[in-house]
Amino acid sequence: MDQLLQHGLNALILGGTYALLGIGLTLIFGIMRVVNFTHGELYAFGAYMMYMWVMVLGVSFLLALPLAVLLGVALGAAIEIVLLRRLRGADIDTTMLVMIGAWIALQNLQQLAWSGVAKSIDSPFPSSPLVLGPVSVSWNRLFVFIVALALIAAAYALINRTKLGKAMRATFQDREVAALMGVDINRVHTATFALGSGLAAAAGALLGPVFVVYPTMGDLASLKAFAIVILGGLGSIPGATIGGFILAFMEELGAGYVSSGYRDAMGFLLIILILIIKPTGLFAQKERIG
Amino acid sequence: MKRGLTAAWLLLLFSIPLWMTDLYVLHVLIITGIFIIAAMSLNLLLGFTGQLSLGHVAFFGIGAYTTSLVSLGFQVHLLPDRLVTLEPKPAWVGVLCAILMAGLCGWAIGRISFKVRGAYFVIVTISFAEVIRLVALNWVELTQGPMALNNIPPLRLGVPGIFEISFLRKPANYYLVLVFAIAAYVLIRRLVHSRAGRAMIALRENEPLAASVGVDVTKSLVLATVVSAAIAGAAGALYAHYVRIVDPDVFLFIYTVTMVIMVIAGGKGTLAGPVVGGLVFGLLPESLRALEIRPEVQWVVYGVLMILVVYYLPEGIVPAVRDWWRGRQQAMNGSTPGAASAEAAG
Repeated sequence: MDQLLQHGLNALILGGTYALLGIGLTLIFGIMRVVNFTHGELYAFGAYMMYMWVMVLGVSFLLALPLAVLLGVALGAAIEIVLLRRLRGADIDTTMLVMIGAWIALQNLQQLAWSGVAKSIDSPFPSSPLVLGPVSVSWNRLFVFIVALALIAAAYALINRTKLGKAMRATFQDREVAALMGVDINRVHTATFALGSGLAAAAGALLGPVFVVYPTMGDLASLKAFAIVILGGLGSIPGATIGGFILAFMEELGAGYVSSGYRDAMGFLLIILILIIKPTGLFAQKERIG
Repeated sequence: MKRGLTAAWLLLLFSIPLWMTDLYVLHVLIITGIFIIAAMSLNLLLGFTGQLSLGHVAFFGIGAYTTSLVSLGFQVHLLPDRLVTLEPKPAWVGVLCAILMAGLCGWAIGRISFKVRGAYFVIVTISFAEVIRLVALNWVELTQGPMALNNIPPLRLGVPGIFEISFLRKPANYYLVLVFAIAAYVLIRRLVHSRAGRAMIALRENEPLAASVGVDVTKSLVLATVVSAAIAGAAGALYAHYVRIVDPDVFLFIYTVTMVIMVIAGGKGTLAGPVVGGLVFGLLPESLRALEIRPEVQWVVYGVLMILVVYYLPEGIVPAVRDWWRGRQQAMNGSTPGAASAEAAG
């Protein structure tokens, strides 16, 4: 029972960052109709920027985090402006191929820049865990969880409370009508991609110090984000939030009670189950777009 | 004229081992040929039905592992008290099993993911490949995990004791790959020119319209996936019997990317596209080897090339050259309309 509680707590904490990854990806898909294969690379980029600020340049941990996220936002905006803007109106397969090319190029550039050796990032938190009765959690993970929740809340607020968020939601519903109403679609797309990328980079910057940082870390992050988004329904933000936590629980319980070697296979299992049982995902807002 | 050109090509391809004595060149040609077979199978899906399989290397690897396990034999505990044993079988039985197994996996993936359109097939195939890699890595009793399956026997054909060819040496393997590649080419060509193939192309062009005239959407897509997976499985089986060692690295995503870029650059939806793209991207890394560039640089270049091809040569090399050639012929015949567009395309 204690073990189950511990797994549950671990899953809850991991779920926060998974939700960040999922929200970023679903936002980009919902508004831009782009299957963003660079999402995992932004995640890795966030982690590497954290490494650069903390371990190479010696900036304090708490300052490095927002800096890493901001750089992720900037890279996302750059990708949108340079690669995606000219593909507006192209079919989904064309943009997919461009994003795959960008994924391969980015991943190997990161490997060139930082070498293939895994890096670890020192965190300023005490190494002794916080013990809560039968379960315990490291301070670093607790910090990750709290920041992830704060970022999720901030993303919700941005989308539901601000003028930019309103423009995003309008574009999501109908791009042409939104443009007719005076929404600057280019600005919305750049902002969307930058926001989604920033969330992915934040997930990487948060998890980098918990695990290790290596060039291909983004691949699994991408796959997990895809699983989360399919589970929640493509384009659904609440779906991605809940999907992130569901995937984290499945992985944690699967690793704890089935086999730790297949931990990363849980996302695929989830996709298959969803496609068999409810192909539209749990929270799809509208019909599937092909 | 066209028949003569085909004959010339075949003559060239079949004569290479007779005058090419450099075994390294033959090796590169064999590996390139195996990848061309895989790229042709991917083109059937990506080019003719418009569905991108980003886990194509899974079918390739399943083929490689199946034939290796069947021809080496294995002992595995399905349940703690139930031991399943397979005695080693001849290699050609393994190749047949590989084709069947890959086709079966293609059927399952197609059935599940074609319930919905768009990005789903891509995501299901890519995660399928990742899971198969994890299985190959973790099911050590069956696959030896990272220790790899070693000493895979070469393919032997003929009647034992009377007449037998063993595909151990490079020229023999070259002919084997060439014959398989021609067979795959002819099979795909016949398929896309058949009724089922026209249905696939119709689906790519306009799915609602195709469905409205009675094309069974899911059936056509699943059929394409099965054939494509089976051919990729055959390519994997050839690979296993040629290099004679198989480890979980055959499932690396980068191989799928190589196949995708071969198809895209060569010209998706054309029969010759994957062959041309395969030759370019199969031989290019070897010719760049003298420059001693690092593999990361090569992959960065591949990624950038993929983006550039989509922007500036969206149809691929083969259609571009064909248009240019037609334009030139028209210009020589005195009619100018095609010439201007041909220059633009070239």
